[in-house]
Amino acid sequence: MPRNAFLEGTTAIVKGMALTFATMFKKKTTVQWPEQREGVKPRYRGRHVLERYDNGLEKCIGCELCAGACPADCILVEAAENTDTNRVSPGERYARRYEINMSRCIFCGLCEEACPTGAIVLKHDYELADFDIPHMIYTKEMMLVPDPRVVKEKLDRLAQEAGAIR
Amino acid sequence: MSWQQVIFDLIIALILVFVLITGFAYMTFAERRVVALMQVRIGPNRVGPFGLLQPLADGIKLLFKEDIVPTQADKPVFALAPMFSLFIALVAFAVIPFTVAFSFTISGNHIAFSGALADLNIGVLYVFAATSLAVYGIVLGGWASNNKYSLLGGIRSSAQVISYELALGMSVVGVLEITGSLKLTDIISFQAHHIPNIFWQPLGFVIYCIAAIAEVNRAPFDLAEAEQELVAGYHIEYSSFRFAMFFMAEYINMITVSAFATTVFLGGPLGPFTIIWPWLSGLIWFLIKVVILLFIFIWLRATLPRVRYDRLMTLGWRWLIPLALLNILATAVVVALTA
Repeated sequence: MPRNAFLEGTTAIVKGMALTFATMFKKKTTVQWPEQREGVKPRYRGRHVLERYDNGLEKCIGCELCAGACPADCILVEAAENTDTNRVSPGERYARRYEINMSRCIFCGLCEEACPTGAIVLKHDYELADFDIPHMIYTKEMMLVPDPRVVKEKLDRLAQEAGAIR
Repeated sequence: MSWQQVIFDLIIALILVFVLITGFAYMTFAERRVVALMQVRIGPNRVGPFGLLQPLADGIKLLFKEDIVPTQADKPVFALAPMFSLFIALVAFAVIPFTVAFSFTISGNHIAFSGALADLNIGVLYVFAATSLAVYGIVLGGWASNNKYSLLGGIRSSAQVISYELALGMSVVGVLEITGSLKLTDIISFQAHHIPNIFWQPLGFVIYCIAAIAEVNRAPFDLAEAEQELVAGYHIEYSSFRFAMFFMAEYINMITVSAFATTVFLGGPLGPFTIIWPWLSGLIWFLIKVVILLFIFIWLRATLPRVRYDRLMTLGWRWLIPLALLNILATAVVVALTA
């Protein structure tokens, strides 16, 4: 039978409207933040952290490769020499000053790729919004992970106390 | 016409304006929620319980925006166009019967209410006159902005509106033929004694619906104000409260056109059973029908793609107007034969 444009058009409209109406009763994909938080994928690029070795030394050797790789030019590194009395990282230099301007960072991860020691790593924290732009310049202290030896000591002490209570 | 009657009518008028403006506000909210639900997401639900204060937040935001007037714009007309649009949109609602007639006596004075604020005996004509005047707001808004694209948008929109006005008017002539009166309360009483006019005039109803959507510049006929095509058309240059007034005019037109459809085709305040008082029942039935029609407006917006402008004009001139004329002819023949 020959195609009738009017009939086809009307049928299409009716079918479309039936679909949208049925969709009203389906489960919605909205994730209600902050009551619900959807997990992120393993390689998600969130907030930066500066890693340490297990012996407590910082991995960052102050080579400034991350600052060079950054397309947004938002990393500031000031290197200083490790001395015998003050050894911060294994190697000749450490980062005396390490700042990332989060309002400029595009979270591309090129700094993570450029780093030779795996010091600068992008983790999963994405809730970084702030009203005050100066707060968005993250310093080394804000990004450095805690000393694993200190953490282990505290955890052991807590486990001991918990054991003593029991 | 006692002064108590006048006071009562004034109070009803104020309530009507207030209800229309609140209705507009919650219409925007309902639109966002319903369109979202049809798109597998939920709409705004953060401001106030279930997001019900969202229109208030939107209104306050709009008022805080900077009111920009283009330097070369025709300032008096620029200021007047949105006000005129809003005024006409509100005024068109004056003859719509939103409840059944009732009267009461207060301290010896008899106060009667016919169901509509002003039950003119040329009610239908009044509504069409008001919707025709709405074109002025569009054209003047587009012109006064001193912007080529705004002007183009205004011209396109007004061409669309006047084309579909014809079909809109003619689709209702069928109802006028069987009812024999332009008075909206007469049309309601006709439907009280016979079944609602949608059964007598199904083609008229369909033509009215399509023409009404095009009249109000709503999807799928919203090319004149399409964000993607014409960067919002005739109200590009308007900001803050002036834009809010155009926005209000559009939605209130939508409410008026739905209310007119329920009056003329669906029986207005009539319903199968009475809820407590007749006037309350009439109001509730009227609201239910108007809300269903408004839901259909939103449903169409969520579903259908935009109609290209030339196809839109073709639809109006080459299909709806001849079909409406045919409807008038057929109805006239049937009425003449059965009278």
